[in-house]
Amino acid sequence: MTGNGADAMKKSRSIRKDNLAGYAFISPFIIGFLCFTVIPMGASLFLSFTSYDLFTAPKWIGLDNFKEMFTGDEKYWQSLKVTFTYVLAGVPLRLGFALFIAVILNNAAKGTAIYRTLFYLPSIIGGSVAVAIMWRNIFGNDGVINALLFFVGIDQKILWYQNPTSALWTLILLSVWQFGSSMLIFLAGLKNIPSSYLEAASVDGANRVQRFFKITLPILTPIIFFNLVMQTISAFMTFTPAYIISKGEGGPLDGTLLYSLYLFQRAFNYFQMGYASAMAWVMLVIVGLITLILFKTSSYWVHYESKEE
Amino acid sequence: MEPVNQPVREAPVFERKKAGRVSPKRILFHVFTATLAVLLLYPVIWLFVSSFKESASIFTTSHSLIPDPFILSNYAEGWKGIAGQPFLTFIKNSAIIVGLSTIGAVMSSAVIAYGFARIPFKGKKFWFACMMGTLMLPHEVLMIPQYIMFAKLDWLNSFKPIVVPQFFGHAFFIFLMIQFIRTIPEELDEAARIDGCGRFACFWRIILPLIAPALATSAIFSFYWKWEELIQPLLYLNKPELYPVSLALKLFLDTESASNWGAMFAMSAVSLLPVILVFFLFQKYIVQGISTTGLK
Repeated sequence: MTGNGADAMKKSRSIRKDNLAGYAFISPFIIGFLCFTVIPMGASLFLSFTSYDLFTAPKWIGLDNFKEMFTGDEKYWQSLKVTFTYVLAGVPLRLGFALFIAVILNNAAKGTAIYRTLFYLPSIIGGSVAVAIMWRNIFGNDGVINALLFFVGIDQKILWYQNPTSALWTLILLSVWQFGSSMLIFLAGLKNIPSSYLEAASVDGANRVQRFFKITLPILTPIIFFNLVMQTISAFMTFTPAYIISKGEGGPLDGTLLYSLYLFQRAFNYFQMGYASAMAWVMLVIVGLITLILFKTSSYWVHYESKEE
Repeated sequence: MEPVNQPVREAPVFERKKAGRVSPKRILFHVFTATLAVLLLYPVIWLFVSSFKESASIFTTSHSLIPDPFILSNYAEGWKGIAGQPFLTFIKNSAIIVGLSTIGAVMSSAVIAYGFARIPFKGKKFWFACMMGTLMLPHEVLMIPQYIMFAKLDWLNSFKPIVVPQFFGHAFFIFLMIQFIRTIPEELDEAARIDGCGRFACFWRIILPLIAPALATSAIFSFYWKWEELIQPLLYLNKPELYPVSLALKLFLDTESASNWGAMFAMSAVSLLPVILVFFLFQKYIVQGISTTGLK
């Protein structure tokens, strides 16, 4: 009893010490989390029910911001439409392309390192202002894209940035152009597939296509799923290319008015901080719902192996 | 669990054909991938080439990759800067922002990661979930209240709003380092603790040197995120003498005219050079970072 008691006391002291040490080590995170995430989120929720121009005190207006957003603001709906088109077209194209290239690189045993490097480079520089400026200019009326199209026999100049649809598609292309980081993740996943699986299937007479759809793809689904979630979230937040390419306008005819860009305009061009906060919270709810839907549907198509490792 | 610090392995040999002979399939592979590589990088090459063309001829000769005449004056012109500031000022500002942010983010993330990876404490699961949650949080929700907060603190027109939050850890780096620390055998720090090594000494002397590759990966990512970042400087810095390179390029674009295309292209190229250089020098770390966390 006494020995047990002493042991227990010693144990509880060491647990207390661990607790203290643990919190000491993660304290920077907790402080930062409270100051830069929790408190701002609370403030933003409050502001979304107010009218606030940064200079006079916030005025409580209840649900007016949301009412205005959904019933009185055509530009808001336009920005939603643009953003959904951007996400729904861009993310699958990017992931599909990344997977396609990863499979090709993975099948070729040798000499792929240089391609891997070159294909990945756009992901590194893609978010920069310099690349946005570059993109704006290659799709210009006399830009290199039209020059190349002329070269292959299309002599009608395409005025990419005069048409809302084609302008948005240049942004989608810019997003697909940065497929390299997803490609790397898929490559890492492909390399972890035991070759014995594929060999066994091959012996059983499965051809290349069958092997891909029956073995490779199911094993990759958790990675695809995780990528899909993360890329969808980050696609919803895209700002820099739309801001630079349209010079902050979101034009032509609001064709590239991504959600973040419109939010930025409301907040920092018109100083409607309350309205912009309400927009931010709706965005949070939309992203949350989409993530939830993805997770809910994942049980139908994401294949988790029983843990063996 | 597989150690994360080993280089990415070459592809499994399952599909490998007899070595030595060049099969038509391999030729097809190289033709396809090489064409794709040229196509993908063509815009970047075009940007660099255009920076050596005369402003007036950039768009009249956009089909050509050979500058005629080949000039360097765009660089001289761009280097003079814009809005009364030499371009070097923008580079200096970017260097300060990137340097401080990177030191702050890497050091704080390492400390936090050690706490999560090695110390059992009450509520760990909760805080870990919070940390992962911040990875998925759309930052628009924080943009406005943070702006108001930093304005009230009188931090506008300083680097503080951009740099200070980095000293409280970055979820991506914390996650990366946790993954890395978990591959280090726990007996190693237990032995040290039996020898009387305290928690912090253990972290500082044993873990920190061992996770150097993860620190390097984090530093590289921090470097290029902060170097390229637009929205934060756009919000917080209103004086050209404080502008980093990204905002300076935006200035070039704002005052865009046929006469300064060359300078804008040249300075865009200058801004990409460090990123591309770091990429080719350290791509091993970048590839590891992405492959082990599955994030970017």
